Amino acid sequence: MKFALSPEQAQFADTLDALLAKSDVARAWAAGDHEPGLAVWRHLADLGVTSVAQDGEPVDLVVAMEAVGFHALPGPAIETLAVLPGHTDGALLATVAIPPHVPYAVDAHVAERVFVLRNGVLFTGTPGQRISSVDPCRALFEVTPATEVGPLDGAFDRGVLACSAQLLGAGRALLARSVDYVKQRTQFGKPIGSFQAVKHQLASVHVGLELARPVVYGAALNAVPVSAAKIAAGDAAYRAARTALQVHGAIGYTVENDLSLWLSKVRALHTAWGTGSVHRARVMATLTRPAGPH
Amino acid sequence: MDLDLDPATLGFQAEVRSWLAAHVPSELPSLDTADGFEAHRAWERTLFDERLSVVSWPAEYGGRDASLLQWLVFEEEYYAAGAPARVSQNGIFLLAPTLFAHGTPEQCARLLPAMASAEEVWAQAWSEPEAGSDLAAIRASAAKTDGGWLLSGQKTWSSRAAFADRGFGLFRTSGERHRGLTYFMFSLRAPGVTVRPIAQLDGEPGFAEIFLDDVFVPDEDVIGAVDNGWQVAMSTASNERGLSLRSPGRFLATAGRLVRLWQALPDPALRDRVVDAWIGAQAYRLYTFGTVARLAEGGSLGAESSVNKLFWSELDIAMHETALELLGGEGEADGPWLDGYVFSLAGPIYAGTNEIQRNVVAERILGLPR
Ligand SMILES: Cc1cc2nc3c(=O)[nH]c(=O)nc-3n(C[C@H](O)[C@H](O)[C@H](O)COP(=O)(O)OP(=O)(O)OC[C@H]3O[C@@H](n4cnc5c(N)ncnc54)[C@H](O)[C@@H]3O)c2cc1C
Repeated sequence: MKFALSPEQAQFADTLDALLAKSDVARAWAAGDHEPGLAVWRHLADLGVTSVAQDGEPVDLVVAMEAVGFHALPGPAIETLAVLPGHTDGALLATVAIPPHVPYAVDAHVAERVFVLRNGVLFTGTPGQRISSVDPCRALFEVTPATEVGPLDGAFDRGVLACSAQLLGAGRALLARSVDYVKQRTQFGKPIGSFQAVKHQLASVHVGLELARPVVYGAALNAVPVSAAKIAAGDAAYRAARTALQVHGAIGYTVENDLSLWLSKVRALHTAWGTGSVHRARVMATLTRPAGPH
Repeated sequence: MDLDLDPATLGFQAEVRSWLAAHVPSELPSLDTADGFEAHRAWERTLFDERLSVVSWPAEYGGRDASLLQWLVFEEEYYAAGAPARVSQNGIFLLAPTLFAHGTPEQCARLLPAMASAEEVWAQAWSEPEAGSDLAAIRASAAKTDGGWLLSGQKTWSSRAAFADRGFGLFRTSGERHRGLTYFMFSLRAPGVTVRPIAQLDGEPGFAEIFLDDVFVPDEDVIGAVDNGWQVAMSTASNERGLSLRSPGRFLATAGRLVRLWQALPDPALRDRVVDAWIGAQAYRLYTFGTVARLAEGGSLGAESSVNKLFWSELDIAMHETALELLGGEGEADGPWLDGYVFSLAGPIYAGTNEIQRNVVAERILGLPR
């Protein structure tokens, strides 16, 4: 047993980190200027990131999605990387709706391929009305099924795993930004990070994220259901978001501050791909499934 | 990245599982009673005879040289089998790592086998009335005498001390605060020692006060250098908070029982709490496997042990609270869940309170200013 990234996986993570750290494309994407973001996606495709679910192991997918979350990269990442590999037909980005838990297709105006998955059967989709999300980087579209493509197994679970990893990355970014901020913001003549009320909240966030991470990677190795990963990562990231906003004070409650990119992303992803309640029901169902030969 | 057990570990797991299935006694009386203490001591002896009491120790002291991973597997099997609480835990999990790191070969050879067989059960004597979270405020002292030292002062909250044989703790030999403390081992039956049991919240004398009045301790019962006790003690502290005192096995077993309790009493309003408890136990297990990988690469436990301690202590309370809710009106009636609940309440207090652990996480891991 070695429950740690292999040297190749660690290097893959570092490469993604270095690439995405330089990209600052979320605000343009939210404003409708997708070109800078698409340039990053083309770069990722060249590196093989968009086909990671086909070419690699689920752990590699988690590594990629954690980086996407950490750097708040916009675009239908879960859909393209985790759900639809093999169905992109050479297109850069693809998106899908999987009712009831994924009622809309994200960024269907940017993705070249749009699908709907109904009862395990994939259809091409025709985008309809656009609905705005709490996350300005996520444009939501109603989709109606057009042509049947065929059965697609495990799509929802792969999406849930990818969403968990994205939440985990976003949560880690929120903690990192908060730690930086409380070290430099001064009140009462001291950095606010020296106050115990601030320290203890951030310590709790750290504990939550540290214990969520192995659940996400464990789900990639089938040690726990992906629903457990969504619950653990969703709750840890959400706590990170609430705490980040609180320790930033009013500056965090502004659109100008970059914190808002992660705050809105985490709020959106917390209920996307199945709420905590949906996933808790799924976990309990697996725990109480009668033991039998199958 | 993988979670697969190697063939040797799988073989070990199978052996432990079948041995425990054949030998785990039906419920013993509480280890905080005189009879229960001796019954638990006898069980430890049975484990020792099978070389299962301290599997990770070297064979010369009664262990099997098992890897950290195998020890975790042993713990999972142990608690899954519903085996008794470990009366010797403070010796084998807290003092022994200190002896391995700082003890002399003579001390190890003299003390470890009797610790492993529970012929000698040890109590940790660190806290004092004025030195709780602020352990460096220790006042109990040691004065040099011919061939040894004379210990004086008062220790308190010492678990198992009511019935244990020996104690270990810090005493002031010079200086102030962290400087000038020395790590001693002493007999709880020596002349000058008075042990006064203290009833815990459950009414049983789970810990005790220890009064020392010129208690003679020979030089060979000092661990590490004189005046260097703080450094020696801190190496035990991360064991206490970290893996060894509370391995994932016990929480996995509790979570499994909680799921079964919910199946018997399926209150839909409590479903989510049961699921969260189960996920928490899995998270702690997987996190620990990550720690094993880090240690194998030469990493150390250090401040990360505070993350462990915060997590398991809060998880333990949450699981037991949920069980009592499920039991409804039966929740206040005597039973294993209530016992476990009362015990879980102490988790955020002992081994360094959770407030202190949050300070450690914030300052030493996140780098926030003091
Ligand atoms: C069941 C049980 C078993 C124990 N077993 C042993 C044993 O075997 N051997 C042994 O030596 N000791 C043992 N202890 C004692 C334990 O280590 C101490 O209780 C613990 O260190 C806290 O010290 P205290 O009780 O004096 O509380 P205090 O230090 O007085 O703390 C009281 C409260 O103040 C808070 N506080 C204190 N300082 C700070 C700070 N700087 N920042 C924020 N909050 C602070 C604490 O977090 C706590 O909430 C045991 C305790 C229990 C409950």
